[in-house]
Parts: sequence; C-alpha cells; structure tokens
Amino acid sequence: MTSLGPYASFIVTSYTLVAAVVVLLIIWITIDYRHQKERLRELEASGITRRSGRQATDIR
Amino acid sequence: MNLYKYASPSAFYPLAGRMIPWFGIPAVILFAMSIYFGFFVAPERAGDQNEVYKIIFIHVAAAWMGMFLYVLMAIYAGIGWAFNARLASMMASALSKTGAMFTLLSLVTGSLWGRPMWGTYWEWDARLTSVLILFLMYLGLMALWRAVDDPSRAARAAAVLTLVGALNLPIIKFSVDWWNTLHQPAAVLRMGGTSLDRAFLIPLLVMAIGFSLLFVTLHLAAMRNEILRRRVRSLQMMQASQQAA
Repeated sequence: MTSLGPYASFIVTSYTLVAAVVVLLIIWITIDYRHQKERLRELEASGITRRSGRQATDIR
Repeated sequence: MNLYKYASPSAFYPLAGRMIPWFGIPAVILFAMSIYFGFFVAPERAGDQNEVYKIIFIHVAAAWMGMFLYVLMAIYAGIGWAFNARLASMMASALSKTGAMFTLLSLVTGSLWGRPMWGTYWEWDARLTSVLILFLMYLGLMALWRAVDDPSRAARAAAVLTLVGALNLPIIKFSVDWWNTLHQPAAVLRMGGTSLDRAFLIPLLVMAIGFSLLFVTLHLAAMRNEILRRRVRSLQMMQASQQAA
C-alpha cells in the first residue's frame, strides 16, 4: 500500500466514518424491520385479520 | 411479464427481498475495487493535494448520490401526489433516509478534506451552505413523515416540501460558477468533458457505481419496512374500529 503521508489520519477517518455510517444505517433498517414484524405478530395474536382474510404476517 | 403488478405493495415486497443480494454483493465488490484502484494503482500524490486527494473518491461519489436521490425523491413525490400512487409515496419516504446519509457523508468527508487543504473544517460559502440546506431538507422531510399520522396527508405535505426544496438543486450545482467560492469548480460533470486524469477518474466512477448499488440495496430494504409499517397501521385502524363497534 502506498504511503498516506502527514494527513493519513484525515484519510483513514473519512473512510472509517463512511463505513460506520453505512453499518449504522443497515442496523437501523434491520431493527426497524424486526420491530414492524413484531407489531404485525402482536396484532395477529390479538385476533385482527386483513380484509383479504390472509394472515397479517403472511408476507415474505 | 406484467410489470404493472409490481406497483402493488404486496407484489413488490417479495420481489424487493429477492433483489437485495443481487445489488448488495456487487456493491461490496465495487467498494473493494475502488479502494484497490485508489490506494494501490493511482499515483501516491496529486499536485497540491498530496495524498489527501484520496478522500475525494468517497466525497464526490457521496455528494453526487445526495443530489441524485433528491431528484429521484422529487419525481416520486410528484407522481405520488398527482396520481395518488401509494407505492410512489412510499418510495419518496424511504428515499429520505438514504439521501440524508449520503449528504451527511459528503459534508463530513468534505470537512475532513477541507481542513488540510483550506485550513478550516467549515466555511459558509455557497456550495457548502447549499449542501447543508439539502441535508436539513432531508431531515425535515423525515420528521414530516413521522409527524403526520395519516400517510396520504403526510404524502401530500411531503410532496409540496420536496418540490419546493428541489429549487436548491440548481443552486448547489451552479454555486461554484455563480459565486466566488473556496470549493473547486466541477471537474467531471461539466461542459467540454472531464478534466480529471483516468488514474483518478476510474476509482471515483467505480466508487460512484458502488454507492449507487448500495443505495438500491438499502432502498429496497427500507421500502419493505415502509410496506410493513403501512400494513401495521391499517391493522391498528381496524383494531380501533372493532373496539369502538
């Protein structure tokens, strides 16, 4: 790998921040997905069904 | 093959789930390629910028994405508003998160490039300020979608705000031409073709394609969440009406 010179910390911080923000967004989207699925399961457990008659969690 | 059926959220949901790995895996490969070209193949230094120019690969690609996603969001918001198309409004809502992320990344990496090059992390010049406004627009739209309970009312309000905010896009693009700014003029997307050497252009373009594929991956996942959220809401409404009856 080539030398990053006297400003290596700026370059490394930039790339690390980009990776961190992307990972955080992926985690956020994953948590949101699980949360919505959980709420659907709870609603279904309480006896609420869709107008079509299919189960609320019947979506993949 | 009837593509119109995918305008229905129920049909789009499983299709989006199947498409995620087809965009996510190539995105990772392209990031690795861009880093290889940028750090191992491209020259060690670039004129006055020395080694700091390597930040440009992520900074410029993120800035392009931040602007492009706003254009896309404005188109979806307009379609959703004009034709009362639910999926288009959901697209616009889901786009605000990824758009905000790319715009934030362009601001932060720009600051980290600016400190060694300009001697300051921030300057209230036209380009930087207009990009900050773009970021604030994304945040405002995210807040608006959350603040209004009724999705159709939220979609109308967000569409108006999105379309008004689109006036900022030409200001961002031409700010470096219209005003004296610290920021460099356009080097890639400009009249007369790029002024960038191929050694720097290739890692930049590969990174930009990688960011585009990353966007599609995140957007598909966010769209699935949006569809689930609307289903939860409609079931909650049914629960409330059953309890009231």
